[in-house]
Amino acid sequence: MAEKSHGAPAKGQKTGAHTEADGGHHGGGFPPFESSTFASQLVSLVIAFVALYLIVSRIALPRVGGVIDARQNAIEGDLAAAQKLKDESDAALKAYESDLASARSRAQAISNETREKLNAASEAERKTLEDQLSAKLAQAEKTIAATREAAMSNVRGIAADAASAIVQRLTGVLPDGGAVNSAVDASLKG
Amino acid sequence: MKIDPIHQFNIEPLFTIGHIGKHAIVFTNSSLYMFIAVALTAVLMLGGGRQLVPGRFQSIAEISYEFVASTIRSTAGSEGMKFFPLIFSLFMFICVSNLVGIIPYTFTISSHIIVTAALAFLVFFTVLIYGLYKNGFKFFKIFVPSGVPIYILPLVMFIEILSFFLRPVSHSVRLFANMLAGHIALKVFAGFVAMLGVSLGTVGWIGGMLPLALTVALTALELLVAFLQAYVFAILTCIYLNDAIHPGH
Repeated sequence: MAEKSHGAPAKGQKTGAHTEADGGHHGGGFPPFESSTFASQLVSLVIAFVALYLIVSRIALPRVGGVIDARQNAIEGDLAAAQKLKDESDAALKAYESDLASARSRAQAISNETREKLNAASEAERKTLEDQLSAKLAQAEKTIAATREAAMSNVRGIAADAASAIVQRLTGVLPDGGAVNSAVDASLKG
Repeated sequence: MKIDPIHQFNIEPLFTIGHIGKHAIVFTNSSLYMFIAVALTAVLMLGGGRQLVPGRFQSIAEISYEFVASTIRSTAGSEGMKFFPLIFSLFMFICVSNLVGIIPYTFTISSHIIVTAALAFLVFFTVLIYGLYKNGFKFFKIFVPSGVPIYILPLVMFIEILSFFLRPVSHSVRLFANMLAGHIALKVFAGFVAMLGVSLGTVGWIGGMLPLALTVALTALELLVAFLQAYVFAILTCIYLNDAIHPGH
C-alpha cells in the first residue's frame, strides 16, 4: 500500500485537488504513507511543538506550579498556626487545671484549719461551761445539804415542842425536856 | 452509498507557506489541527485563573499538572522533573489532539505515522544525547543487565541493543496504529448505518440501530484510547528517560 502511494495519487496531492469527488483514488494511496506530505507535516509539527513547549515551559507550568505551591504553603502555614493555637490552648488548659487543683487544695487546708480552730474553741468553751456547771452543782448540793440540815434541826425542835405540848394536853403535866428530846431523836432515827 | 474509511486521514492543503529545495511546504488541515491542539492546551493551562481554591477550569490545569508530575516522579524519580516540560508537552499535545480527533469531521494528527515517528525520535534522541552527556560511557550499561551469566551475555546484549534502537518504532507505531485502527473502525460502523438505511429502506434503518449502538460504544472506547495512548506515550517517555538518568538499573 505504501509503495503504491508514491505513484499517481501523490501527484494529485500536490495540486491540492483533494475533494470528495476524487475520493476514489484513495483506495490506491493510503494518506498516512504518502511521503509527499511528510515535509509539510514535519515543518508544521516542529513549529507547533516548539510553540507548545515554549508556552508550557515558560508560562503554563511555572504558573500552575506556582499556584499549587502557594496553596501547599498556605495549607502548611494554616496547619502550623492551628497547631500553635492548639498548643497554646492546651497549655492554658493545663495552667487552669493546675490552678484549680492548687485552689482546691488550699480551700481544703483552710477549711480543715477553720474546723480545727472552731472545734478547739467550742471544746474549750464546753469545758469552762462544764466546770462552771459542776461548780454550781456542787454549791447547790452543799446548799441543799445545809438547808436539809437546818430543816432537820427545825423539824426536831418542832417535833419536841409538839411532843411536849401533846404530852401536856394529854397528861396535864409538862414533860421533862431531856426526855422529850431523847424520845424525838429515837423516833426520828427509827 | 460508498464508505471510504480512509478519506478522513487525507491531508488537505490549505495554503502554501514556502519551499525547501523542490518541496513545497504547505499549511494543511494537519497543521491546522496541530495549532488547534497547541491553542487548546494553552487555553486549558492558562485560562483557569489562579485561585487558592480552584474552580473547575483551574482544576483541569492543576490535575493535568499533578498527573504528569506524579507519573514522572514514580517512573523516573525526582531527577526526571528536568524533563517535565517536555513530557507535559508531549502528553498534552497527544491527548488534546486525540480527543479533538474523536469529534466527527475533524482530523486526527496522530493517525499519521510521520507525526508519531517525529515525536518518538524526539524522545529517542533526547534519551540518547542526555544519557551520553550525563553518564558518558556508563550510559552503555543499559545494554549490559547485571546478574546475567557471561556465556549468554552477548546474546542478551544483542537483544538489548536491538530493542533500544527499535524503541522509536514501537513507540510511534503503537500510537499511530491505535488511532488509525480506532478511527477506521468507527468510520466503518458509522457507515454501515447509512448504508443499511439507504439500500434497504425502513428495514435497513431499523437494522441500522445495531451498528449505531456499536458506533456509540466505540466512540466511548475511543475516548478511553485517546487518553490512554497519550498516557502510554508519556509513561514510555519517562521510562526511556529513566534509562538516561539511571543507566545502571
